[in-house]
Amino acid sequence: MKLRVLSDYPAIVVLFIWMLGPLIATIYYSLIRYNLLNPRIKGFAGIENYEFLLTDFVFTDSIYNSIQLLGSIIGITVVLGLLISYLLDQDLYGGRLLQLVIISPFFVMPTVSALIWKNLLMHPVNGYFTYLLGLFGLPPIDWFADIPLGSIIIIVSWNWLPFAVLVFITAQQSMSLEIKEASKMDGAGHLAFFFQIYLPHLGKAIGAVVMIQMIFHLNIFAEIFTTTTGGPGTQTTNLAFLVYRKALLDFDIGGASAGGIISIVFANIVAIFLLRMIAKNMNSD
Amino acid sequence: MGSINLVGVSKSFGDVLVIPSVDLEVNEGEFVVFVGPSGSGKSTLLRLIAGLEEVSKGRIEFNGQDMTNLAPAKRGLAMVFQSYALYPHMSVRENIGFPLKMAGMPKSEIAAKVQEAAKILNLSEYLERKPRQLSGGQRQRVAIGRAIVRQPKAFLFDEPLSNLDAALRINMRLEIMELHQQLKTTMIYVTHDQVEAMTMADKIVVLDHGNIEQVGSPLDLYRAPDNLFVAGFIGAPKMNFLTGGEASRHNATTIGVRPEHVQISKSSGLWTGKVGVSEHLGSDTFLHVNVEGQQAPLTVRTDGEVQLNYGETIYLSPEEDKVHKFDNNGKAIR
Ligand SMILES: Nc1ncnc2c1ncn2[C@@H]1O[C@H](COP(=O)(O)OP(=O)(O)OP(=O)(O)O)[C@@H](O)[C@H]1O
Ligand SMILES: [Mg+2]
Repeated sequence: MKLRVLSDYPAIVVLFIWMLGPLIATIYYSLIRYNLLNPRIKGFAGIENYEFLLTDFVFTDSIYNSIQLLGSIIGITVVLGLLISYLLDQDLYGGRLLQLVIISPFFVMPTVSALIWKNLLMHPVNGYFTYLLGLFGLPPIDWFADIPLGSIIIIVSWNWLPFAVLVFITAQQSMSLEIKEASKMDGAGHLAFFFQIYLPHLGKAIGAVVMIQMIFHLNIFAEIFTTTTGGPGTQTTNLAFLVYRKALLDFDIGGASAGGIISIVFANIVAIFLLRMIAKNMNSD
Repeated sequence: MGSINLVGVSKSFGDVLVIPSVDLEVNEGEFVVFVGPSGSGKSTLLRLIAGLEEVSKGRIEFNGQDMTNLAPAKRGLAMVFQSYALYPHMSVRENIGFPLKMAGMPKSEIAAKVQEAAKILNLSEYLERKPRQLSGGQRQRVAIGRAIVRQPKAFLFDEPLSNLDAALRINMRLEIMELHQQLKTTMIYVTHDQVEAMTMADKIVVLDHGNIEQVGSPLDLYRAPDNLFVAGFIGAPKMNFLTGGEASRHNATTIGVRPEHVQISKSSGLWTGKVGVSEHLGSDTFLHVNVEGQQAPLTVRTDGEVQLNYGETIYLSPEEDKVHKFDNNGKAIR
């Protein structure tokens, strides 16, 4: 039997071209000298672009920032998400409405949410937080200057917390009422129930939330672009923003492409080690 | 130390009154079965005793002490659920040991108690398995194991066998009865299966629409049902009810005769009828006979070897001393 790739698997072929085209182009650009401000410098660069980038302190900072963003946002959304969905499960008065309110930030697009936080809440003069601090006689915080990375983490976590809550609520609905009642009869209080029955039950859901957020938060861009534009200094520059900076602020296409390739490698490292670990965990039972 | 007393207990969900008012005494060591049709409030009553539902009115006493508002875990009762309610991510060992762990018992003691329970229930080989690696009967035994390790004052069972196949059900029924003999602990058992009720109970509580229709030993209920509902519910196949002339001859609105208390003859008898379908069970045969002047066919039990054809005319006579009489409120006339 002859395998006709093009006619038997058209989708795969299209997908390959779709993915491979840009990838090959990026690899090509990352290996040449290509700066829009200086078109006369050209020719094969070898690993020069990579070398330049890897030895640049901005690059090391951006890797570090990327990891910090990823870890903190996932940590915050998972922990808070679990607590909130557990609370929502407790037959609270007005629980339905609360659920809706908690989920609504998910429908706000990142740029808009960043602007809301920047101008409405975190503004050092007119912001609501400044007003609240003032009520207690505390000095205002200039969020994006004093704790820039922390501010971004807060904004993205606020945006993504609903996602975690939604997944956890869905997952907890599959827990049978009888199991909850049995644990009550067995003398498990809230703490024991949460850690010994609720958490193990949500294991897979937690895995899914971590995995999906890993994929999305490696490329946080809109929130950084609209608030701090990577600064002050390099404090909020992550890999995605570094690539943007190289390409569209420094007009260094070669360097930007090298950054792109490094991001891909970085994403793959995350994917291979962490995602596999989680996926394995999820398959195990 | 396991007597339970319900005094004027009533329960409503919102404005739906599910249990109007129940008074019941369960004595120490008794095996009490709640039986009744679906929706009659059996589970609700059991859950009130367990503390999983709040009592709307009335009192629940254990050994004379008021326990109405005590948390479920504090009541010293163990419950076995219809769906087993095992913790899926814990091994059998952890499942059985869970209530002891929650009570803060030292590990070595827990291990010993789990071993002991596993031995009683033939689960020793399966201690490291997860619930999903067990058969239905084994899961049910784990659920029972989890109940017995705590040495509760009483066991509560809510239709524990209804998810098992018929053969296993009979087996587990015997095992639970055996367990009751060994432990001598009070047990309250909910079922809608009147055969289970008859075979297991020291005392049957028949419920309908949240009301207790009658309380008594299985034979009491069989011999002297208080009303039409109990008469129709206890006994298989169901008691035959006749109205009209036959009933007024006994000075009653309705009379009832059990299928096993009717004599058949091919030549003469009190009632004339035509043979309808018959069910051959081997040991017995149940004939459905269309009697003149009665709408519903009568069920009659005969021995297994009887040969009668469909449509044949036969004569039936009830055993007069076993005829149950009911007035126009459905109450028994004695
Ligand atoms: N949480 C609840 N809210 C409202 N009504 C309820 C609730 N639980 C039970 N009921 C009602 O109470 C009545 C008795 O229910 P219950 O579960 O006690 O019946 P049951 O005798 O156990 O029936 P089954 O044999 O089907 O299990 C039913 O009419 C049911 O609809
Ligand atoms: Mg029920």
